[in-house]
Order: sequence, then C-alpha cells, then structure tokens
Amino acid sequence: MIVASPKSITELKNLIAGHKKVLFVGCGTCVTVCLAGGEREVGLASYAIRMARRLADEPLELSQQTIERQCENEFIKDLAEAAAKVDAVVSFGCGVGGQTIAERFPDKPVYAGLNTQFMGTLEEQAVWTEKCLGCGDCMLALFGGVCPVTRCAKRLLNGPCGGSTETHCEVDEDRPCAWQLIYTRLKGIEQLDRLDEVVPPKDWAPSWHAGARKVVRKEHRVG
Amino acid sequence: MTPSAPPVAVPMTAPVTTPPVAPSTLWEPEIIAFCCNYCAYAAADLAGSKRMQYPVNVRIIHAPCTGKIEMEHILDAFLKGIDGILVAGCLEGGCHFLEGNLRARKRTDRIREMLAEIGVGDERLKMVNLSAAMAPTFVESVQQMVDTVKALGPSPLKESEPREESQHLESEG
Repeated sequence: MIVASPKSITELKNLIAGHKKVLFVGCGTCVTVCLAGGEREVGLASYAIRMARRLADEPLELSQQTIERQCENEFIKDLAEAAAKVDAVVSFGCGVGGQTIAERFPDKPVYAGLNTQFMGTLEEQAVWTEKCLGCGDCMLALFGGVCPVTRCAKRLLNGPCGGSTETHCEVDEDRPCAWQLIYTRLKGIEQLDRLDEVVPPKDWAPSWHAGARKVVRKEHRVG
Repeated sequence: MTPSAPPVAVPMTAPVTTPPVAPSTLWEPEIIAFCCNYCAYAAADLAGSKRMQYPVNVRIIHAPCTGKIEMEHILDAFLKGIDGILVAGCLEGGCHFLEGNLRARKRTDRIREMLAEIGVGDERLKMVNLSAAMAPTFVESVQQMVDTVKALGPSPLKESEPREESQHLESEG
C-alpha cells in the first residue's frame, strides 16, 4: 500500500490560511489502512483545525467527506456537491489523490494534508516499512523475493557491502541487511546457486528518472 | 395607655451592600472526568460513601474502560469549551481488559501534544491511574485538576462560538 504521514497541525493551519470555507477529503483506501488519512484521521484533524482557527479568531466553515478512492475519477465525482460550496479543498489522500482531485476541480485550490512516504507493508500495529521503489523493472526473482534496490541502502546487486553489522545495515542499525535477508531466503528455497551469477548493472530507463511514467494497456482500452 | 416605646436605636453600621465582584472570581472551571467502571468510577462512589468532599466542578462520565474513550470524545469536549479533562483508569497492569488503560495513556499523550500545538495547553488534560479502593487518590486528583485549571483560567475556546457546533460528517467511504 501507499504509506503516508499526517502534516502537523501548524502546517495544516498555514495551508488553509485565508480560506473561510474548506473541505477536508479523506481517502478510504491506502491512507485509511495506514491510519493517516481515513475518515477518522480527517475527523481528528478537523477538530484540531477548528480549535486553532477559533483561537486565532478566524472563522472557518469546515466540512468533511471521505471517499472510497481519491485516485479514481469515478469516486471523486461524489465530491462535486461539497466542493462547489467551499473555497479550498484539503486532500488527506496520497499525492496521487490530491493531484487527481485538483485535476477534477480546476477552479479550486487543492492542498495536500499528508506527506506521502512510500510503498510499503505493515510490519506490526502502526509500523510500516518500505518495500518497493517502483523502479519499473522488477528484479525480485533474482533475489529470492527480497528487493535490494529498495531495501539495501547502497542498492547493491551483487552481494553485501562490508559495513553490515551482524544482520543489520550500517546505515541504520534498526534496519535489517537486505543481503542477509536475501541469503537466508535463497538458502530456504534452495536457490543459493543464484548468487553465483553476476547481475549486470541495472537498467534504470524504466524508472522515474526521465519524468512521470505512463502505462497503457491496449487490451483493456475502450474505443 | 402604655407610653409609646422609645424609638429603637439604629445600629451605627455601614449599610449592607454587595461589593462589586470581578467576573474572574465568578468563573468556576468545568471539568469532565472520564472514569473507568472498574476503578475510578468505583473510587468516586466510595468517596461519596465515605462522605469525602471534592469540588463540584467535576462532571463524571462513566466509561466501560478508559480504552473505550476515543480521542474524538476528548477533542469534542475541548472544542465545546470544557476547561479541563481528567481521564481516570486502572493501575497499570490492572486493566479489566488487559491493556485498555495503556492505550488510553498513549491517546491522552497524543492529545496533549495536539493541545499544546493548537495553543489550548496540555495541562488541561491529565490521565491518572488508580484502583477502586483509592477514593482519597480520586479526590486528590480531582482537587489537583481543579487547582491546575483555576490557575490556567477559562479555556480559550470557551464561549467564543455556540455550544451546538459539532462535527459535520458525511462519509462515502
């Protein structure tokens, strides 16, 4: 899922400074699961902003709505009625959601209420870790299902560096060494011989470095 | 005929008038105490049975467990102008539901951070842990809370907007 973190109350307050009617929009998908931008988190942020604005003696008419997914126009259309009544919209979705809403309402300022962090997994209650960089050329098969591109601080493709301490990364002692994980995993699935192969330098062309990417699936296109 | 009684001497005291009272001295804090059924609520009951006196400023809300108290409940009360909130749960390790009080502690800590950032002040929210037998501790906690809030003065959110305001929720999620 996409993992995000809430912006501070002060930052939120500054974002909507000057606006008198604001709509907070939650997203019912990834950011609900990562406890950052679901219906409940939007409610808490609303309480905080109402208090802050009242203390500043700046009246604010604040409404809230949470839609199933902010990254799909099909769901954003449900916002049309509420958005028409406000001066600005704050998206509590990921950066994708906020941009999709902004495209849908060209005459409304749309601000991001969250800081989008990464694509990750839930390790335990309220702890998420990054697992995928979205490099566009998945190499998981070579490494027993553990991605060194994302999880090795140096993105090494041919074995660990000399800096790992025991089983952990030298960059962050709380972070497991990706190459230790790869070794353990390959051993477990009896594919250690994969480590004999030298992995050539990664082709970064499908990655982000040439700007925003696009996927078109012709077989599913309409018309 | 009995001679008429001599006029009664009028006492030479100053006329009784009510001195003007400053508005601040009229203010009494409004405090909510969220009390867990298994400890603080019973402690408050025991305090009553023992005729222990504590300030009348506190309004007790009976909760099945402090873990059931949502962050929204506390924030809503502050938004509506409450001056202080006391969350009273079981002693650590003594929760009837194992860890409701520990969760409540984390939530109150988070709300205290929020209140400080907003400018309401984190001292207006406090959590205490006690057992059902600790009536004196309950009374003392209430008294301390009242003293703290009296020193702070009325909530800055009080009376600046109608009380009826509440969150407007529309969910499609």
